Amino acid sequence: MRAKYLLGTSCVSILAFAVGGAKADPIKIGLMATLSGPASVLGTQVRNGFMLGVKELGGKLGGQPTTITTVDDEFKPDVAVARVKDLLQRDHVDIVTGIVFSNILMAVEKPVLSAGKLLISANAGPSPLAGAACSPLYFSTSFQNDTVHMAMADYANAQGIKNVVLINPNYQAGKDAAAGFKHDFKGKIVDEIYTPIGQMDFSAELAKVASEKPDAIYTFMPGGMGVALVKQYHQSALVGKVKLLSGDTVDETSLPGIQDAALGTISASHWAPNMDNPENKVFVADYEKTYGAPPSFYAAQGYDAAKLIDGALRKTGGKVDTEALRKAMDSVPFKSVRGAFKFNNNGFPIENFYQVSIVKRADGKFVTHAGAKVMSMAKDIYSVACKLPPR
Amino acid sequence: MSLTLLAVQILNGLELGFILFLVASGLTLVFGVMDFINLAHGVQYMLGAYFAATLIAWSGSFWLGLVLGAATSLLMGLVLEWAVFRHLARAGHLEQVLATFALILIFTDLVSMIFGAGSLSINLPPVLAQSVTFSSDFSYPLWRLIIIAAGLGVALLLWVLIARTRLGMLVRAGSTHPQTVQALGVDIDRLFLVVFAFGAMLAGFAGTMAGPLTGVEPTMGDSVLILAFVVIVVGGVGSVRGALIGALLIGLVDTLGRAFATDIMSQFLSRSSAASAGPALASMLIYVLMALVLAVRPSGLFASGD
Repeated sequence: MRAKYLLGTSCVSILAFAVGGAKADPIKIGLMATLSGPASVLGTQVRNGFMLGVKELGGKLGGQPTTITTVDDEFKPDVAVARVKDLLQRDHVDIVTGIVFSNILMAVEKPVLSAGKLLISANAGPSPLAGAACSPLYFSTSFQNDTVHMAMADYANAQGIKNVVLINPNYQAGKDAAAGFKHDFKGKIVDEIYTPIGQMDFSAELAKVASEKPDAIYTFMPGGMGVALVKQYHQSALVGKVKLLSGDTVDETSLPGIQDAALGTISASHWAPNMDNPENKVFVADYEKTYGAPPSFYAAQGYDAAKLIDGALRKTGGKVDTEALRKAMDSVPFKSVRGAFKFNNNGFPIENFYQVSIVKRADGKFVTHAGAKVMSMAKDIYSVACKLPPR
Repeated sequence: MSLTLLAVQILNGLELGFILFLVASGLTLVFGVMDFINLAHGVQYMLGAYFAATLIAWSGSFWLGLVLGAATSLLMGLVLEWAVFRHLARAGHLEQVLATFALILIFTDLVSMIFGAGSLSINLPPVLAQSVTFSSDFSYPLWRLIIIAAGLGVALLLWVLIARTRLGMLVRAGSTHPQTVQALGVDIDRLFLVVFAFGAMLAGFAGTMAGPLTGVEPTMGDSVLILAFVVIVVGGVGSVRGALIGALLIGLVDTLGRAFATDIMSQFLSRSSAASAGPALASMLIYVLMALVLAVRPSGLFASGD
């Protein structure tokens, strides 16, 4: 389950040292993602995105020798802690990045930050780390969990939806989803249903919804769980009576499974393949060429994480020093594929959110498509509880 | 709680129960007849779903793919028996557990390498992908009704096979008195081959039937395997009747628990603590049931030979 990629041959790097007189220290990066089990489709996208970013830079972040050690957290917090300790103590990494799931991030956050190393989340955005427990060494190239669900609540308000049943998986990000939606939603929450992570049959839950007759279901079901829920919703009698609204559920990781049943689904996101900027056009084209499938926002976040590290290294002049790198990262030394991007005081992005629909392309593949902007340069609600100064 | 909701949840419970029955019936026979612990039974469930998904996409016909998928599962069962299982038949339980656990890892990774870790879909024809309406507020997905009907059909078929045929008589005798059966000149290895392949086909068929609901992914067999073991422990190892009753019991308890635990808890607790205690209790219920059954009847509700 662990693979080591030594990027750039050592001969070339020795030569570079000799010629350049070389201040450039080698940079060691630990990339942790969920790479086994049903959720691995998300982790694979994060890793692919990150590796694509590194590849475009010739295998050298900041133009210097780069070692990337990839580890699989197996979606188990205890395994994640053991692996992250390996990364820190055996591989002596300078930066830990990746990390798909919030419960994994909450488990590895302490070991990484207390070792004085930089932590860059390429997906998970749990609320505790955005608030009182924020750290100057923590950065995110994704979004705080709640934000996307707040954007969907705004959408639901605008659509005149009054009664909603929430269905979320029973873990940190599921609770954040409920909290985010409730924060902005002006109508009534009829019921709040939590299901075990990995549950694939939602018959009991959908029957309950049918008896409660709300205007809409709101759900956050990443990966295969989303595939199952959306398909079962479409086979039920709820279609046409109860709308299905979702966040982080219907995207390029689940669309190959949901297919046509996803058409007409509305969600919110900070990124979609059609974002109109030159960096994104290069990214989307390269990703499809390399991996043969359209990228999801998970891949975009991984790609941005690689570009963030690269930009920071160029700014420090190749110096690998936590303090110098941290300062360089604060200044957003890269161009995000999502367009406008700033870091908030808690290290989470300040970014736009868009209403996202599903498009079937001419080649039969399904992609997300960003439409109207629903939140402009949004800050998460927890940043006020973070005592750090603005970055 | 309305009666309609209760009726729908009971149907949901029966549907889950029959899926579990299809998986557990093969498992209980192999365990009961040959005293063979096959952890790779869940893999056969998963492979069946992949065979069907691939063959449906290849043939363009849902029904043809379904039938070919079941046939391929049967074939896969024969191949696995010939290549692996027959060599373990006389080994101890520990060897069987280790070897079949290895099969889980090998096949799960192989499938992820070939098809990817993400979900594949089995798309129902539009006629099947809808709900049947019984009254204005009582409707139920047609495919789930078909699963219940198919489960009933298989249960009936198994009853006829086991209670009314010579093969069934041998299986029944083999589950209680294997040495005697062998002494009477019955080729018990061939009996095992037939039982094993048939069980593999039923598991594959269950995966195919569940595929359109849950999606098809490499680890889909793991959770089903655990539930199937709970079913045969509750029902009694080696008893197909036990597998049927056990599966329906587990299906109903699990579904009704998920449906009503939170509401029932909120009668005693605050809304928010009920929302966290309810799902926790619901996921525990079937194991509580198993413990209770074991306390009262240590060899299950229908110990083999009953």
